[in-house]
Amino acid sequence: MTAQVERELETETEELTVREAIRQALREELERDEDVFLIGEDIGEFGGVLEVTGDLYEEFGDERIKDTPISEAGFTGAATGAAATGTRPVVELMFSDFSGVAMEQIMNQMAKMRYMFGGKAEMPVTVRTTEGGGMGAASQHSGTVHTWMAHFPGLKAVAPGTAAAAKGLTKAAIRSNDPVFVFENKMIYEQTGQVPTDEDYTAPIGEAAIEREGDDVTVVATQRLVGESLQTAESIADEFGLEVEVIDPRSLYPLDTETIVESVRKTGRLIVADESPLSYGTHAEIVARVQEEAFFSLDAPIQRVGTPDTHMPFSPPLENEVLPDGDDVRAAIERIS
Amino acid sequence: MANYNLESSEGRVEALRRMLLIRAFDEEAGDRFADGEIPGFVHLYIGEEAVGVGTCAALDPDDYIASTHRGHGHCIAKGLDPKYMMAELYGKAEGYCNGKGGSMHIADVDAGMLGANGIVGAGPPLATGAALSIDYDDRDQIAVSFLGDGAVAQGQVHEAMNLAATWDLPVVFVVENNQYGEGTPVEDQHNVDNLSDTAQAYDIPGLTVDGMDVTAVAEAVDEARSRARNGNGPTLVEAETYRYRGHYEGDEEPYRDEAEIERWKDRDPIDSFTERLIDRDELTEAEFEELQTEVEAKIQDAVDYAQDATPPEPHEAYDDMFGEIPPEIERFATAARTDGGTPGGDR
Repeated sequence: MTAQVERELETETEELTVREAIRQALREELERDEDVFLIGEDIGEFGGVLEVTGDLYEEFGDERIKDTPISEAGFTGAATGAAATGTRPVVELMFSDFSGVAMEQIMNQMAKMRYMFGGKAEMPVTVRTTEGGGMGAASQHSGTVHTWMAHFPGLKAVAPGTAAAAKGLTKAAIRSNDPVFVFENKMIYEQTGQVPTDEDYTAPIGEAAIEREGDDVTVVATQRLVGESLQTAESIADEFGLEVEVIDPRSLYPLDTETIVESVRKTGRLIVADESPLSYGTHAEIVARVQEEAFFSLDAPIQRVGTPDTHMPFSPPLENEVLPDGDDVRAAIERIS
Repeated sequence: MANYNLESSEGRVEALRRMLLIRAFDEEAGDRFADGEIPGFVHLYIGEEAVGVGTCAALDPDDYIASTHRGHGHCIAKGLDPKYMMAELYGKAEGYCNGKGGSMHIADVDAGMLGANGIVGAGPPLATGAALSIDYDDRDQIAVSFLGDGAVAQGQVHEAMNLAATWDLPVVFVVENNQYGEGTPVEDQHNVDNLSDTAQAYDIPGLTVDGMDVTAVAEAVDEARSRARNGNGPTLVEAETYRYRGHYEGDEEPYRDEAEIERWKDRDPIDSFTERLIDRDELTEAEFEELQTEVEAKIQDAVDYAQDATPPEPHEAYDDMFGEIPPEIERFATAARTDGGTPGGDR
């Protein structure tokens, strides 16, 4: 268990859904720092299309919870310009698929300004967005694009799998002076978990959390697949007596390579479970780092669980076919154990 | 650097001095680029000096500007020091961006210069964002976005204008219509007679002024600035101007002929303003000569400074990616600091 998780567990906690945890993080940071404001589509009176901002508008008003035109390039670019000139915007991109509309400002301005200017611009901007299939939202509202941002130099990317991580990472992102993308999986907004109540609790960007300890197989799982992997781990323990270690990297870039490598040195087996498409992605990065650092500790080929390079189809039987889940994690474990 | 405005004789002479400085800087930059001393791409502002200087004459020192790929003139108009500008063009550590930006990304955020920009049309959302910060903090400033005629065809420009207009943000969009978007004439890229007509879509004032006349530009921007500061939102000012050089240095310019260039040179913004000042007895021929000598010396100093400045150490390539550097980059930085750096990402 990492020192961070130990610290987190020592503190007082309360049970919250992921949605409530994110909203609490936003509320606390809005209260803590007057430079923080939220900006996005229908996040005000409407409360957010997936109800994350909820009643914050009533509390903080339209100066701090800013409803924008449907104009992702415009308001993401404006947030970038605002971050460079003294405020700390928190952008909501309603669905991560819409980041394509804003991509120019993300990749050429937000990600590059500090570097191109020789460090003479701060870029304290947070971008929250929802990813993932599972609700029949079809291909343009179900994508998992976090690999793009984790790949692109100059951006940090986090993707919580638990309510505690959701709160802690959101707060850490807002307090960071770097551009941080927070990828929220839309299927786990109702998932509950114990969340530290301390207003100064954050989940440091770049620190993984070991959610379940085990000696036999390591599963590095993200977002929705953290919870599903934990369930799978319990049933595998019951059926086969195998103890699966489940790690939520929480932060994709930077990535806590050390925690993952240490686990693989212990277990000799690794499954990487992430909803992004399988080719050229997040899985590949984790696999590459593990083979660099722990090649001779591996007892079996590393397995990947992800979306098999399709878009997310609409019809439930099709969506179920391509969406990775706990059963896919189980099948991967069985292949190498 | 002190602000200048065109209401006083001193201010007008200062405006002329800045236009001369821009021209001398860019002529020198063109020569040094041709000599192979300046790497990369260089886009020169020669011919358009009145737009940058007229605009900045109407601003306070702490107002923001967002620039374009053709940004040297905006920098000098805003008060940046040619020494550190030239050092940046030379890729030296003493440059404004420590050699990481070059001509196309030259910036000095502390001086209100939010960067030249290699992406056509990227400045308006950024300036709108600066205006958002100003509005949020209730500060007594405005933001200006320079953009070219070509940028007016970009989607994000219109998103920014719509956002700024809808929220009454204190921003002014200054369209530098230099008649060509890269190599294509403006009339082949837009369906409006005047680019300022696009302002109608956002119900904001839009006007077209003579961009070869520094006074006309300053008057338009001054009015736009007052409107912005009084909470009445953005203005679009189109300045009709002309670039004497190619889109970039090395452009063979098959799209225009010498006669056209000469016609515009007859209306040269520096010559006409100089004549006006001399006619009004605000400047003597001798003072003008002196001004020119001073400007040339300043640019020569800038070149000397840039030539003598320090090339960045290879390990500095790893600095400034983030406020908090991640281990992924730190390991390369550490190795480069130890062994002096190796070309390529082969660690």
